[in-house]
Amino acid sequence: MGKPTDLVQGTLDLLILRILALQPMHGWGIAQRIRQISREVLQVNQGALYPALHRLEQQGWIRAKWGESENNRRAKFYSLTPDGTRYLRKQQAQWDRLSVAIDLVLNTT
Amino acid sequence: MRWHYKLPLRLRSLFRNPQAEQDLNDEFQFHLQQQTEEYVRQGIEPEEARFAALRLLGGVEQHKEQCREVRNVSVVENFLQDLHIGFRMLRRDPGFSVLAVLCLTLGIGANAAVFSWIEGLLLRPFPAVAHQERLMVVVGTNRLAGDKGTSGSNFTGVSWPDFVDLRRECTLIDAFIADKIMGTTLGIGDRAERVTGSTVSANYFDALGVHPRLGRGFEPAEESGRNAHPVTVISYWIWKNRFHGDPTIIGKTQVLNGVPHTIVGVAPEGFYGTFVGWPIQFWVPASMQEVFEPGGYKLEDRGAPWIEGFARLKPGVTTEQAQQEISAVAQRLEKDYQATNRGRGIKLLPLWKAPFNQASELLPMLEIALVVVFFVLLIACANVSSLLLVRSLRRRQEMTIRLAVGARRGRLLRQLLTEGMILSIFAVAGGLLVAYLCRNLLVVFFPSSGSLVANLKGEIDWRVLAFSALVCLISTLLFGMVPAIQASRVDLASALKTEPGAVFGGRGRSRVRSALVLVQISLSFVLLVGVVLLVQSLQRIRTANPGFSTENVLTTGVDLRAAGYDTQRAKNFQDQLLDRVQALAGVESAAFARVQPFSYAPFFSSPIAVDGYRPAPDEQPAAQYDEVSPGYFTTMGIPLLSGRDFNLSDNETAPLVAIVNEKMVTQYWHGEDPIGKRLQVKGQWTRVIGVAKLAKYNTFAEEPRAFFYVPLRQNFSIRASLNIRTSVDPGTMAAAMAHETHAIDENVSPFQVMTMRKYISFSALGSQQIGVAMLGVFGGLAMLLAAIGLYGVMSYTVSQSTKEFGLRMALGAAPSNLLWRVMSSGVALTAGGVLVGAVAAVGLTRLISHLLYHVSPHDPVAFGGAILVMAFTSWSACFLPAWRATRIDPVRALRE
Repeated sequence: MGKPTDLVQGTLDLLILRILALQPMHGWGIAQRIRQISREVLQVNQGALYPALHRLEQQGWIRAKWGESENNRRAKFYSLTPDGTRYLRKQQAQWDRLSVAIDLVLNTT
Repeated sequence: MRWHYKLPLRLRSLFRNPQAEQDLNDEFQFHLQQQTEEYVRQGIEPEEARFAALRLLGGVEQHKEQCREVRNVSVVENFLQDLHIGFRMLRRDPGFSVLAVLCLTLGIGANAAVFSWIEGLLLRPFPAVAHQERLMVVVGTNRLAGDKGTSGSNFTGVSWPDFVDLRRECTLIDAFIADKIMGTTLGIGDRAERVTGSTVSANYFDALGVHPRLGRGFEPAEESGRNAHPVTVISYWIWKNRFHGDPTIIGKTQVLNGVPHTIVGVAPEGFYGTFVGWPIQFWVPASMQEVFEPGGYKLEDRGAPWIEGFARLKPGVTTEQAQQEISAVAQRLEKDYQATNRGRGIKLLPLWKAPFNQASELLPMLEIALVVVFFVLLIACANVSSLLLVRSLRRRQEMTIRLAVGARRGRLLRQLLTEGMILSIFAVAGGLLVAYLCRNLLVVFFPSSGSLVANLKGEIDWRVLAFSALVCLISTLLFGMVPAIQASRVDLASALKTEPGAVFGGRGRSRVRSALVLVQISLSFVLLVGVVLLVQSLQRIRTANPGFSTENVLTTGVDLRAAGYDTQRAKNFQDQLLDRVQALAGVESAAFARVQPFSYAPFFSSPIAVDGYRPAPDEQPAAQYDEVSPGYFTTMGIPLLSGRDFNLSDNETAPLVAIVNEKMVTQYWHGEDPIGKRLQVKGQWTRVIGVAKLAKYNTFAEEPRAFFYVPLRQNFSIRASLNIRTSVDPGTMAAAMAHETHAIDENVSPFQVMTMRKYISFSALGSQQIGVAMLGVFGGLAMLLAAIGLYGVMSYTVSQSTKEFGLRMALGAAPSNLLWRVMSSGVALTAGGVLVGAVAAVGLTRLISHLLYHVSPHDPVAFGGAILVMAFTSWSACFLPAWRATRIDPVRALRE
């Protein structure tokens, strides 16, 4: 595996929200899931993950609750709020437009 | 550990939520455990796995800090850190800190003092009174008045029957309070002493929420019945000083204006009545009005407006609502009582606009003072700004290092502003102390006459504190912003190189400081022009001709009403006294007059009618008049242009006569000689027997006004002033007066004898003198600050250019050359400041034009004078630095 691809600024938020849209999850789980789903391409910088989570929580897009992890440890689970769902939808649409546009430019013959 | 190290640590634990900290900890702990297990699952040794997990996560503490920052916890912490560093920086440079705090203390102190005066005199003038915020002044208006009142305002009093109707019909008003300042004389030894009293409605003390210290206030029944209730409440001051705090005072009697009054109460300490300017010493109920007010019994006379009233609105009622209700009542009264109320209305005014007390005189003064002290504050801020700029140069290295290791510029900015805030906070403490010490200073500015002591006290309450805090905040931003932005804009690359020796007068950083000095000079120039204008105006008034003599005329009087005289006895007394005084050696003539020109007591005004003069449809011809005895015109030095003076045969049984002034002749007789013609005064036809030259009657600034005189004998007043034309000095005359009055009646003492000039300066020059004193003090302060600023900039620039001067000297420049080089740059700065200031002054001096007497607000002499003073000041400020430049040792300067 080559050098893990750096996440484009701002896309970490989008990824976190997308993962949380599937199910509530703790921080470590989110990092793992992003790695797995992207087939090891996207490596989340674990240091950046937590400030991002706390910021999203401050902005009201996710909320945190303490619960039991799969191996019965006390863990902080984050879940999407209705506001967050709306925000995710908007951001995703924007991302789609952007990636199509970049695709078009790059594949011009 | 010092407190300023300990404090932030303590506070930090206070502000940090332990639960949130625990959660943060747990979250990272969980993450590490998960990651470690993951690595173990991949076959790594548990110990090794733990390290790997830690490595993967990176600096846990940094991440935590970032999380806290997101949650805004760090704002408080950063602030505490800034505070802590700020204290350290200020302690490191005590000279700078002390100078900056002193400058700011002057600026903030001046502002706090003026605001505390405004608070204590205009906004909340009556310290012991409850709910002042709902208290308003009630005055009468008269649309038809042809002649404006004494103060030049359109307001009158309110008549008692109107007052009673208002009280009965208005539902939005908690309480109406009738109040009218008056006075009596308490004889002490050879000199009679005036004390101020107040005629009030019976609800006075209850409605104001003032509880007598001893006894009681007035009862409702005590305000009705002509002279039926001779009771009085005396002030704490009188009780202490005249009755020596007698605890059994209640029930004793005191003769007031000849009528024995029963003392029913003693007002609490700190209650001075409801009159801005003078403390009230006793109160009587409205039923006793006739005893204290000239003009007879007025409680049943709707046509006699005399009450200076107050109204307290019910909670939540707006001024507009209350005014509407009152206006409706006034309109009904106007309809029902055509004869007396035609054209009359009733108006609510805020306390600070009260036309009948000193508030009206103080308001314009304090407005100007507020502008002036704001200027002083700006100048002080500019000074501190300059100081900070100099220091920021010295701190360049520190800033550079902080930026280089990754501090954000916003953070540096906050740090510098916090340091400014510390300076301001010390200055506010000092400023409030200044304000506290100055709270009674206005009394010094205010001319007091005789034994009356002015009561003009600043009040320091939470509003003043809040105002000062605001001033502190504004000034911090004012003086802190520019240096902070400059400092945080350090260019890393160039700052790492050493600063090259600056070239004198070179452009760059010094431009900002020069601009600040320019601002200071222009602001203080504006103030200076104001001071010179007022001084000029005061000079003009002092030498102005009021139309009567101010030299060789003494004025005094006796209060026969207070001594219990009736009209006939008073007439005899006055005649005897006149004879005796005129017989004194050195006395040329003497005459009585009911009212003195320029005095607080108003002239009466009367509707008049003249044969052949047809008034306009809504004009009500009226004029003020004075009641005088024969010889008045000779005594006062007012020339009679035609006709004759009053004489002893113009008495009660003779036909009514009057002497009119020039203005009346041109206004009502179209310039024709009116001698022998008829003039209707108060409904009675009077024969004009003379024409007197125009004089000033109420103020120096007044326009020529219609005025006439009637014989005192035909319009008798027990209370009258005595004017004496003599070259004898007042002291000698006082002794002679005491001797003569005692010879007629043991119990009567004369008032203080003073020259007419002194009398006029007490009553007419008051506001001028306050204006000059106030602007003078603050203007001087401003100039001092500006001079310090200029001096600071010049000496700093010289010290920065030591190398250049040394080089010039080495190349053969003469000391005079260098001197001129420095001086000329100072002069250039001054010239620029004066130019800007002059432009501003042309616009701003209009603000004081109403205070100026025969001086144009753009008077070239004033501007010229101000330029001279400014030039001299800046020359003095620049000389020392310039001289120092010539003393530079070239060898040492170049070697450094």
